[in-house]
Amino acid sequence: MRFLFKTTYRQDLGLFRDGVQRNWYVALGLGLLVLPALVPAYLVDISLVFIYGLCGVSLMVLAGYTGLVSLGHAAFLGIGAYAHVYFVQDLGLPWVISVALAAAVTAAAGVLVGLPALRMTGIYLTIATLAFALIIQEMLTRWEHVTHGLKGRPVDKPVIFGVSMANDAAFYFLCLVVLIGGLCLTANLLRSPTGRAWVAIRDSEIAAQSMGVNLARYKTLAFAYSAALMGVAGALFAHKIGFLAPDIFSVLLSIQFLLMVVVGGLGSLHGALFGATFVALLPVLISEARDRVPAWAGHVVAVAGKDAASATFLTLDRFVKQPGLEPGLFGLILVLFILFEPLGVYGRWRKVQVYFSTFPLYKRATFRRQKTYMRSERLR
Amino acid sequence: MSRGTRPRSLSHLPPGVLTRSPPPRYNRGTSSRRAALESVLQLVLNGVAVGCIYGLVALGFVLIYKATELVNFAQGDLMMLGAFTCYMFVVWYGVGYWPAFALAVAIVALFGAGLDSAVLRRVLGQPQFAVVMLTIGLGAMFRSFASIVWGSEIYTLPTPFSARATRIAGVTVSHEYVSIIVGTVLLCAALYAFFTFTRVGVAMQAASQNQLAAYYMGIPVKLMFSLIWAISAGVAAIAGILLAPVSLIDINLGFIGLKAFAAAVLGGFGSIPGALAGGVTIGLIELFSGAYLPQGAKDVAAYVVLLLVLAIRPHGMLGTIARKKV
Repeated sequence: MRFLFKTTYRQDLGLFRDGVQRNWYVALGLGLLVLPALVPAYLVDISLVFIYGLCGVSLMVLAGYTGLVSLGHAAFLGIGAYAHVYFVQDLGLPWVISVALAAAVTAAAGVLVGLPALRMTGIYLTIATLAFALIIQEMLTRWEHVTHGLKGRPVDKPVIFGVSMANDAAFYFLCLVVLIGGLCLTANLLRSPTGRAWVAIRDSEIAAQSMGVNLARYKTLAFAYSAALMGVAGALFAHKIGFLAPDIFSVLLSIQFLLMVVVGGLGSLHGALFGATFVALLPVLISEARDRVPAWAGHVVAVAGKDAASATFLTLDRFVKQPGLEPGLFGLILVLFILFEPLGVYGRWRKVQVYFSTFPLYKRATFRRQKTYMRSERLR
Repeated sequence: MSRGTRPRSLSHLPPGVLTRSPPPRYNRGTSSRRAALESVLQLVLNGVAVGCIYGLVALGFVLIYKATELVNFAQGDLMMLGAFTCYMFVVWYGVGYWPAFALAVAIVALFGAGLDSAVLRRVLGQPQFAVVMLTIGLGAMFRSFASIVWGSEIYTLPTPFSARATRIAGVTVSHEYVSIIVGTVLLCAALYAFFTFTRVGVAMQAASQNQLAAYYMGIPVKLMFSLIWAISAGVAAIAGILLAPVSLIDINLGFIGLKAFAAAVLGGFGSIPGALAGGVTIGLIELFSGAYLPQGAKDVAAYVVLLLVLAIRPHGMLGTIARKKV
C-alpha cells in the first residue's frame, strides 16, 4: 500500500494524484485519439458513450454528490436539445452561442425545479422531478410552433465556425472535447467549496446547515449546474440522433440515466463514465448477440443432431428477436447490481485495487456497508 | 422509442361512455342548464370511478410504504400482471370471469409475497434510493416478461359488465364504472376490517409502526412483511382487473402507476384513507380538466396538481413526516 506524502501545495492543486496516475490518463487520451482509426464502424456508438458520459456526470453531481435523486433528467436533455435546434435552425445563431444559450435555458429550467425541491426530501423529490419530466414531455408535444410536436423535426449536422462536423470522426472528436471540458469543470468544482458543500448536504442536511452551508443556495446551484450540463449534452444528442420527437425524452430515458449512475457507482465521476459506457454499448452488444447467439447455440447443439440444432436455432432466434427483451435485460442488470454490488462497477474496481495493494492482508469488512434497521426516513 | 412508452391516461373508453362534453353555457333557459348539470354529474361519476383505480394502486404503495418504508415503483406493473393473468385465464383457457378473477388475484398476491422474501428483504435497511432503483428494475423486468409471454398487442377482457349501461336521470351509468366503484368500496371495507379486528391485521400495524419493538413482542416481522406485500400485490391485481374492461390491456398499463403516485403523494404517503381520497381527487381533476381545459391539459393535470401540492405542503396533504429537531 502506497501512502502519498504531500510536501508542496502544488501536489494538492494538481488534478492527478501522482505521476503514475497522470501517465495512465495520458495513455487513455492517446488511446481515444487513435480509436477512430481502429474501430471506424462503431464511432457513432462511441460518440453516444461520450454524450451519455456527460449526462452521467450531470446526474452524478445531483444524485451522487448532492444526494438529490432526480427521475426527470431526460426532460432537461429534451429542453437542451430542442432549445439548441431552435436557436441554430430557426434563429440561425452560431453553434457555440446556441449551445451556451441552450445550457442557460436548461439551467433556468433546473432552477425552476430546484426551487420547490428545496422543501422536499428523498422520495418526494424524486416523484416531483418525475412529474416535472412528464409535464415537459407533454409541453414538447403540444408546443408545435417550436417543437413541431409529434411530427418531430430533423436536425442538421453541426457546423462550428464554418467547419462542418458531418463526418463521424469529426463528431466523435467534438463529443470527446466537450466531455473532457465538462469533466474538468466538474472535477474542479467538486473540490471547491461548492463541491464540498454539496457532499456535506448529501451526508447530512442538518449537519451541513449547522456548519453554515446555505441549503437553499447550494441545492438550487446543484440543480442549475446539473441541468446546464444536461443542456449541453442535449445539444450533442440532438445532432447524434438527427431527428427530435417528444417520445425520445421519456421516463424510460430518465431511468436509463439513473441506471448509469447506479451501475457505474454512486459518488464518483469514474462511475458516471463506466455507467455511460455500459448503458450506451449494451444495446450494441445485444444487437450483435441477436445476430450471432442463435447460430452459435445451433453449432453447439449440432453435436446432438441436426434436427435439435435447427430447433434450438429457431427457438433462440425467436426469443432474442423479441422487442421487449432489452428493457427487461436492463432491469435485470439493475436488480443484480443493487443486490450484489451496490457500489457499482467503480466500487468493484476499487475493491480489486485495494485487494492487490494490500495483498495478503485484504479484509472483506473494509467495504462492508452498515445496515440500519432503526433509521426511519420519516425523520429527516 | 415508440409512442407506446408514453404514460397513458384512461381516455380510450368505450364509445358513448365518456364523450367530451361541451363547456356549460348559462342563461340559455332551463333545458340547457339541466344538460350542463347532467354533463357535470356524468363527469363526476366517471371521475370517481377512474379515481378509484388510482386510489387502489396508491393504496398498494401506501401499504408497503407504511410497513417497510420501501417505495414500490413496480406497483403499476403488478397491476398489469394481474390484468394479463386474468385475461389469460378467461380468453386462453376459457375459465369463467369470477374464478379467473380469484385465481389471478391469488397468483399475483403469491408472487408479491415471493418477491418480498426473495428479493426485497435483502435491501431492507439500505438507503431508500437503492430500493427505488431495485423496484424500477423489477418493473422493467415484469413488462419485458409480459411482452414475451402475452405479446405486445392490445387486448380487451370480456366481463359480465362489458358495454352495458343504465340511464339514471339523464346520466349514463356504465356498469363497468359501477363495478369499479363497488369493488373499491368492498375492498376498502374488507381491508379496514382486517387491519382493525383480526390478530394478524393488528400485528401488521405493529410491525409497520416499529419493526424492532414488534419483533421483541414476538411478532414474526418478516412474515408480516411478506403478507403485506401479498396484500398490496393482490390489491394491485384487483385494480388491474377492474380497470381492464374500461381501459384496454397492454404492457404499458403499468404507467398508470405514475398517476397513482400523484394520488398517494396528495394523500400523504403514509395514510390509507388519504390514498383513496387522493385517487378520487386526481380522477376528478383529470376528467374535469379534460372537459373544460384545452387539449393536453388532461394528461398533465394530475402532475401539475402534484407539483403544486408538493411545493405548498412538501409531505402531502395528510403527511406523517416530521422534521427532526436537533
